[in-house]
Amino acid sequence: MYRYDEFDAHFVSARVDQFRDQVQRRLAGDLTEDQFKPLRLMNGVYLQLHAYMLRIAIPYGTLNARQMRRLAHVARTYDRGYGHFTTRQNIQFNWPRLKDIPDILSQLAEVEMHAIQTSGNCIRNVTADHFSGAAADEILDPRPYAEILRQWSSLHPEFSYLPRKFKIAVTGAPHDRAAVQVHDIGLQAVRDADGNVGFRVFVGGGLGRTPMVGRLVREFLPEADLLAYSEAILRVYNRYGRRDNKYKARIKILVHETGLEELKADIEAEFAEIRDGVLTLPASEIERITAYFAPPAFDVAVGDEAVLEAAIAADPQLEAFAARNVHPHRAPGYASLTISLKPIGKAPGDATAEQMEVVADLAERYGHDEIRVSHEQNLVLPHVRRRDIPAIHAALAEAGLAEANAGLVTDIIACPGLDYCALATARSIPVAQRISERFASPERQREIGDLKIKISGCINACGHHHVGHIGILGVEKKGEEYYQITLGGSADENTSVGEIIGRGFSYDEVVDAIEKVVDTYVGLRETPQEDFLAAYRRVGDQPFKEALYGTA
Amino acid sequence: MKALTANRLIDGEVVWLGRSGTWVETLAGAWLLETPEAVAEAEAAGAEAEAARLIVEPYLIDLTREDGEIQPVRFREKIRAKGPTVRLDLGKQARREVSAA
Repeated sequence: MYRYDEFDAHFVSARVDQFRDQVQRRLAGDLTEDQFKPLRLMNGVYLQLHAYMLRIAIPYGTLNARQMRRLAHVARTYDRGYGHFTTRQNIQFNWPRLKDIPDILSQLAEVEMHAIQTSGNCIRNVTADHFSGAAADEILDPRPYAEILRQWSSLHPEFSYLPRKFKIAVTGAPHDRAAVQVHDIGLQAVRDADGNVGFRVFVGGGLGRTPMVGRLVREFLPEADLLAYSEAILRVYNRYGRRDNKYKARIKILVHETGLEELKADIEAEFAEIRDGVLTLPASEIERITAYFAPPAFDVAVGDEAVLEAAIAADPQLEAFAARNVHPHRAPGYASLTISLKPIGKAPGDATAEQMEVVADLAERYGHDEIRVSHEQNLVLPHVRRRDIPAIHAALAEAGLAEANAGLVTDIIACPGLDYCALATARSIPVAQRISERFASPERQREIGDLKIKISGCINACGHHHVGHIGILGVEKKGEEYYQITLGGSADENTSVGEIIGRGFSYDEVVDAIEKVVDTYVGLRETPQEDFLAAYRRVGDQPFKEALYGTA
Repeated sequence: MKALTANRLIDGEVVWLGRSGTWVETLAGAWLLETPEAVAEAEAAGAEAEAARLIVEPYLIDLTREDGEIQPVRFREKIRAKGPTVRLDLGKQARREVSAA
């Protein structure tokens, strides 16, 4: 993974000193809250319902054991013993004291971490496929490009006061696990017929109160032009994006209001001005950054598969785990492994300090010291030997982390919701917990098969409900929590925005309603292999409406 | 019936303006504002406390009496007064259990 050079180290440490000074000036009365708020937000510090919240960047979701242990240390020392992994591959702590945050940031800087670009109207932390550099179907490892984008975008002076936040996601595989089409810029790395690397570029995707699928603006952007073209997009957005209404300030609205062709022409015109200039990526620089992401020395031994198979035959729980949480790896004898942060009935994405340490130990011992955070709020060990899976599974089970539900109905994304978040209008976590409990039976989950339920506690859609196969949006109606259900959303290479099925349900009713939707799907699918989306796209919403509301 | 609430600047703790003009950590200690004069007085105290860097962004909340106990009207404020509904071991609700034990 990327390692800081002296400039990075100096930069992050200077930033901590600067924020320490800003906090002192705030506490001393030299800064008002109005003056301080944008400064704290630039360092990931929010004020939530119960306390401050600190959001720490995990660039493209990649971290090592040392960093994970430091997060555990922060959880234990400065917070309440746990952290919450987010839908943007970051981590949040829910209870830090403002006076402690400079110390926390200082401790994080020691392990090359920070909270820059986790808030504010800047280019946010770049996200990527959580199986980058490991997945069997990958064409190209997107992390070097995510890192190059990170370096270019970090405190970019021209783009520090954009009309609104700006999110970039990169994938290097044809099957999109990074949800690139619901980002402000989505990049899909591809190779042309001659083997040259380039990107399909999507612009203007996003969720929130106005969900939109990104539009393809470039079929093949040569890798050397990645920064110049991104800068051109940002310049057009920075110039024309609306600043009069924060709800209409994202680039998706600009795309919508301007029209794709005109906006594309604006981007191309800006690109023509700056291409072949300082932003052209030299091949040597791409190589230099790529070297940081060189694959570990995979140790291929014969007989690995037999070891795993024998263990599976003797242990049904391991069998279930291997069936759901183990993913194909590009190296023979290896796999990527999903560590579910969705144990039945628990808060999605939460991990205790002890659990973080277990994952760190396993990564070090079995996983080439690499850990990923997925946008689905799970952790991943991207490179493990298949023969080691039984031992890893046993250690995870002991830590309460062996839930064999990756991609199943209980692998639910949920934002913090009204239990923590100052913006939320309804709770998300307990809805996720109750659905998880309702479908707790492993047999039933396996029978249902792949299913993505995503829950947001307000219209801002941090829980990605628009792109859930089943989406749930919590709103407040006459002082009560109410939940709207959307069906048919997807955030993969066939991205679609779910459609509202009908009137919403109360907190008490919503789990029954979800169960009805799921049972209806199971009842009407043509084969067990026909997944929810395929079935929904085939039959439409009518059978689900009838199940939920009757035929009258 | 209203109360004035805010978060404490230094650590973010949820607080309410108390009867004696201090900022208290439990709703039970909040000054119940039942007249326009009391509201105005509380708001002035809030502005002063903000200027003195004790608290951040004070605002009024509506209260009601349920089964003899003072409760915020809005669910959001009930959660602020107690803690996360999904973690009864955290927030003010946890402290109350400790002190009752």
